[in-house]
Amino acid sequence: METFIQVLIDGMLSGMVYALVAAGLCLIWGVMDVINFAHGEYLMVAMYVSYWLGFLANVDPVVSTVAAGAFIFMIGALTYKLIIRFTIGKPGLVALLATFGLAIFLKNLCMNQFSPNFRIMSDTWLSGKTLHVGGLIIALPQLTAAVLALIVVGLLYLLVNSTKFGWAIQATAMDREAAELVGINTERIYILVFGIGGACVGVAGGIMPSYLAVHPEVGSMFGLIAFICVAMGGFGSIPGAFISGLLVGVVEALAGFYIAPVFKYVAVFGLYLAVIFLRPKGIFGW
Amino acid sequence: MVGRSVELKTFSSRDIAWLAFLALLVAVPFIPAIAANSFRLHVLILILLFASMSQAWNIIGGYCGQVSFGHSVFFGIGAYGAGMAVVTYGMVPWPGIVVGMILAAVVAVIISYPCFKLSGHYFAIATFAIVEIFNRVFLVWDWVGGALGLDYPIIKEGIGNLMWHQSKVGYYYIALVIFVIIFGMVRWLEGHRFGYYMRAVREGQETAESLGVNSTAVKLIAMALSAAMAALCGSFFVQYNLRVDPPMVMSLDMSMKFVLITILGGAGTLVGPLLGASVLIPLQEYSRAIWGGLGGGVDLIIFGILIILMVVKQPDGLIGIIRDVRRWLSKKRTKEEL
Repeated sequence: METFIQVLIDGMLSGMVYALVAAGLCLIWGVMDVINFAHGEYLMVAMYVSYWLGFLANVDPVVSTVAAGAFIFMIGALTYKLIIRFTIGKPGLVALLATFGLAIFLKNLCMNQFSPNFRIMSDTWLSGKTLHVGGLIIALPQLTAAVLALIVVGLLYLLVNSTKFGWAIQATAMDREAAELVGINTERIYILVFGIGGACVGVAGGIMPSYLAVHPEVGSMFGLIAFICVAMGGFGSIPGAFISGLLVGVVEALAGFYIAPVFKYVAVFGLYLAVIFLRPKGIFGW
Repeated sequence: MVGRSVELKTFSSRDIAWLAFLALLVAVPFIPAIAANSFRLHVLILILLFASMSQAWNIIGGYCGQVSFGHSVFFGIGAYGAGMAVVTYGMVPWPGIVVGMILAAVVAVIISYPCFKLSGHYFAIATFAIVEIFNRVFLVWDWVGGALGLDYPIIKEGIGNLMWHQSKVGYYYIALVIFVIIFGMVRWLEGHRFGYYMRAVREGQETAESLGVNSTAVKLIAMALSAAMAALCGSFFVQYNLRVDPPMVMSLDMSMKFVLITILGGAGTLVGPLLGASVLIPLQEYSRAIWGGLGGGVDLIIFGILIILMVVKQPDGLIGIIRDVRRWLSKKRTKEEL
């Protein structure tokens, strides 16, 4: 039983980080109906930002996560300005394929610049520290990442649902032309939404090097899992993405522990298919 | 004169252009500049293979409008069919190819039936998930070779074993045969009743159903046909590489390549996949040959930028550019006549 709870907690901790990665994607998807295929690569770039800040300037990931978030905010806004802007109003596949090109570009740029080697950050503030609660062991780096993820997803939810800016985002998502008629600068909303979506994944990527090795391929699987979470949660629903993020984390941990590590992604993708066949628009979709 | 024009009607000028093009392709290995250079022949083989593969995708993705990112699964099943016949059972690859094609069609129908209820991005992401599931299962499945994959033994070359070691000319002609089969089939479908059904489903499923088209059956048949053709291409791919492992064939990148080639050329058109493959494959092979040695990744960096540029600037594909140029030329001509 104790092992079960231990596995469950580990799953929930990684699930919260998935939720944060997914929340950023969810915002972009919900507002613009664009699947950002380069989302996982944003995460990878953020991890490199955090890694190099730590390596060159001795900044701890806990601090440099802010810088990583800001950096990916800019990359997101730039992606919108240079690529996505031209795909709005065209079939949904166009934006997906264009961001796939961006994903290839970013992945190989990092491969070229930083080599495909795994890079591990040692002796950060949190590395190797654990909390003992009863018989349970909780790794502090993962816990910090999960708490940070929880805070950022909460802030994002508040931003979208209870600020004037958030209402403008929702209005743009519902009907762009009508939003423009009431004086919302939808172009600016789009840029900021892409930036904020990027910032979420940037914060997640910024904190991750304290427990995960950095390499150019690291983002791909996170990106796929984020797609799964968003689609499972339902179109543009941040609470939906959060819950399915947690669910994915828990299923991944349980399947990895009780069946076999190789089957953890089979279980996750199988879960997605099972949910989506029962509810074709996701848990919170309509 | 009248009699002659009637005779010509059975053969449109478009068909004559195709036949001339095929005759040129048959002659390619006899052109010394290409025949002497196995790299050029290699690029041509890959163009034919990926044009055929993308045409197979085009049946369901272009004509029927169901954008599947799962075709690397069917491609992989075909590859494993041929691979296992040769490596595991020590036979000639032919029965494996047939079994692979049938199996791919069956698997396609089974997994597509529930997936077709999903719409838009939900369908796309479901097909991603299926690729990942197959990839992982094949990685741990010992019967199909697991993560090590299947390595071909060196056996006698020839059409029986579908294997050549001395030159690539044999492979070239087999690729050409596959190309003719798949393009011929799609050309036939275009004019056939079923081709109209597929396009009707793409343009509006409800409208098609109101006119009595069984859209589910149309989509499933199109998917089965597409998957069987994908498996045929996969089996050729493995005979050409003499090796197969799960990430090589059943990966998302492979699926994306089929989609990209078709979209780049022009989805839902007969020449689209060929156009797309003739641009993307040489780009990939030559950029790898030229920059591949320069500390990895440079070829793919450029490849990524080109994909972005092409997709964003011309979402109708190369066929859209050709159409624009034609329209511009005819406009110019009418102006001159005036």
